[in-house]
Amino acid sequence: MATHAIRTTDLVKTYPKGQRALDGLSFSVGEGVVLGLLGPNGAGKSTTVKILTTLSRADSGTAQVAGYDVIREQDQVRHAIGYVPQKSSSDPMATGIENLVLGGRIYGLSRTDAVRRAAELLERFGLTEFGGRQVKTYSGGMQRKLDVALGLVHRPQVLFLDEPTTGLDPEARADLWTEVGRLAGSEGLTVLLTTHYLEEADRLADQLAIVDHGKIVAEGTPEGLKSELRGDSVHVELVDADTDGTVRSLLGQLPGITEIVAEGKVLRARVDHGATAVPAVLGILEDKAIPVSAVTVSRPSLDDVYLNYTGRSFQAAEEAA
Amino acid sequence: MTAAVAHTRFITGRWLRASYRQPALIIFTLVQPAIWLLLFGQVFQGVVKIPGFGDTSYIAFLTPGIVMMTALMSSGWSGTTFIADMERGVMDRLLASPVSRGGLMAGQLISNATNTLIQTVLVFVIGMAAGARYDGGPAGYAVTAVASMLVGIAFGSLSNAVALLTRQQEALIGISQFVSLPLTFMSSIMIDPQVAPHWVSVAARFNPVDWAAIAARQALSADPDWSSVLRHGGYLVAFTLIVAWLSTRAFRTYQRSV
Ligand SMILES: Nc1ncnc2c1ncn2[C@@H]1O[C@H](COP(=O)(O)OP(=O)(O)O)[C@@H](O)[C@H]1O
Ligand SMILES: [Mg+2]
Repeated sequence: MATHAIRTTDLVKTYPKGQRALDGLSFSVGEGVVLGLLGPNGAGKSTTVKILTTLSRADSGTAQVAGYDVIREQDQVRHAIGYVPQKSSSDPMATGIENLVLGGRIYGLSRTDAVRRAAELLERFGLTEFGGRQVKTYSGGMQRKLDVALGLVHRPQVLFLDEPTTGLDPEARADLWTEVGRLAGSEGLTVLLTTHYLEEADRLADQLAIVDHGKIVAEGTPEGLKSELRGDSVHVELVDADTDGTVRSLLGQLPGITEIVAEGKVLRARVDHGATAVPAVLGILEDKAIPVSAVTVSRPSLDDVYLNYTGRSFQAAEEAA
Repeated sequence: MTAAVAHTRFITGRWLRASYRQPALIIFTLVQPAIWLLLFGQVFQGVVKIPGFGDTSYIAFLTPGIVMMTALMSSGWSGTTFIADMERGVMDRLLASPVSRGGLMAGQLISNATNTLIQTVLVFVIGMAAGARYDGGPAGYAVTAVASMLVGIAFGSLSNAVALLTRQQEALIGISQFVSLPLTFMSSIMIDPQVAPHWVSVAARFNPVDWAAIAARQALSADPDWSSVLRHGGYLVAFTLIVAWLSTRAFRTYQRSV
């Protein structure tokens, strides 16, 4: 058990208003690993994090964090973890330093240690010159960095980051990615990061667990998951949506083409060989005089992985949420 | 236990710092009771004959009442700070930390009680400028100050509990107004219930705000009935402890809903 920083077994959680948020969710993470919990909005990522951080309770199933049971050994878990909630978790009326010092004091740091640690973290996140200002004057990106610093103030063994970059502009996001990337290597820290950005998962996570409707549907390294999908992906963008399914059935007649999914004007499919499939696809559509605006071939992406396991594209799942 | 005391201190510091950074709010909470005191002083003066309050002026009768009313009204807002914490991730971060729940509640209430104390002093300054005089001496003022802080703490913790249960600003403000108006009028805050309809004086007997007003007036009078002060003060302390304990339990209910 010592080698697992997090282990969950069959977590089930139904909210009072009837929503089943988790439906038998199980996974485990080794120490020092950055695990990405990837899923569209409403998949159950935050619910999982809340249960693992002792904020909330599962209806059934068990979970251990840093070797402690989240219900029976709640106090030990709380000391071992840092939690950066999805919403910003700093006090806007207080300064950056005050937030960090209060954070440290709550975990039992002496005043001197808490002040020293606050300075260290402000430095690390490039916030030193803003430490004395009220957080409400910070930009979104600065607030998010302070949130992460707050999660680290007591040097936790396991850090939970719930959607650390949602709502940030691309520059602030890239900036935070660098910070989180640096965290990963340090001090054997285990990080559980939730995200609904495929790119973020691809970049930051050593290991991925894909969540859909409260279950883990696939687990592995980003590269491993992609290479499990053989062949290439083909995207066909039509001028008019394939409302009656004509195009879909046409493509289905081609050899070596599988898993055709139509969403609006876009059809996606897997093919054994991209190079031979493209002419065939274009040929059959031209025969039937179906106007095409673009055909692209690519190596499988995480989006294809998601599609493969859930039967819908990530974007469609987001829109449905 | 020592952790709970330390946490209470840290959380108190947090809220005190936040409140002195909102000077506009402080001024508003100070101006409001001043207006009530002077307005009600004018409105009820002469209209009401106050039996059993000797020959002291109405303003002397009214001042301790306005102190309690102010403590009640401002404590109703207490929970809005919890809601702000819930709307951000602050509450969730704290509840996933080893912070003492009692400290989380007590720290916020102590900081509120400090503000109540400042308001109480100010209301007295204005009341005395308007002619109120008391013969009770330091003990009278001390009892009044403590009673007003207890009212603030008790109703502040109820407000915090409602915040944790409803998680909505609108619901909290609606409920606190719905509760504080009857508590104000079914009491001796403005007029002696003996001159009001009988049912009002019956209701007042169960009203914690009235216990506070009675204890304060007795202690401030020339010849206090200390048994009445102790009895009403005792009810008030018991009420405060019970609601503070119940409110701290509301963290669990909140955690069940997130
Ligand atoms: N506090 C709550 N009360 C009721 N339902 C909730 C609550 N939080 C989340 N849910 C529901 O549970 C499901 C999973 O939500 P969540 O774990 O927040 O998903 P994610 O973080 O992956 O977007 C969603 O359908 C959501 O509407
Ligand atoms: Mg979420």
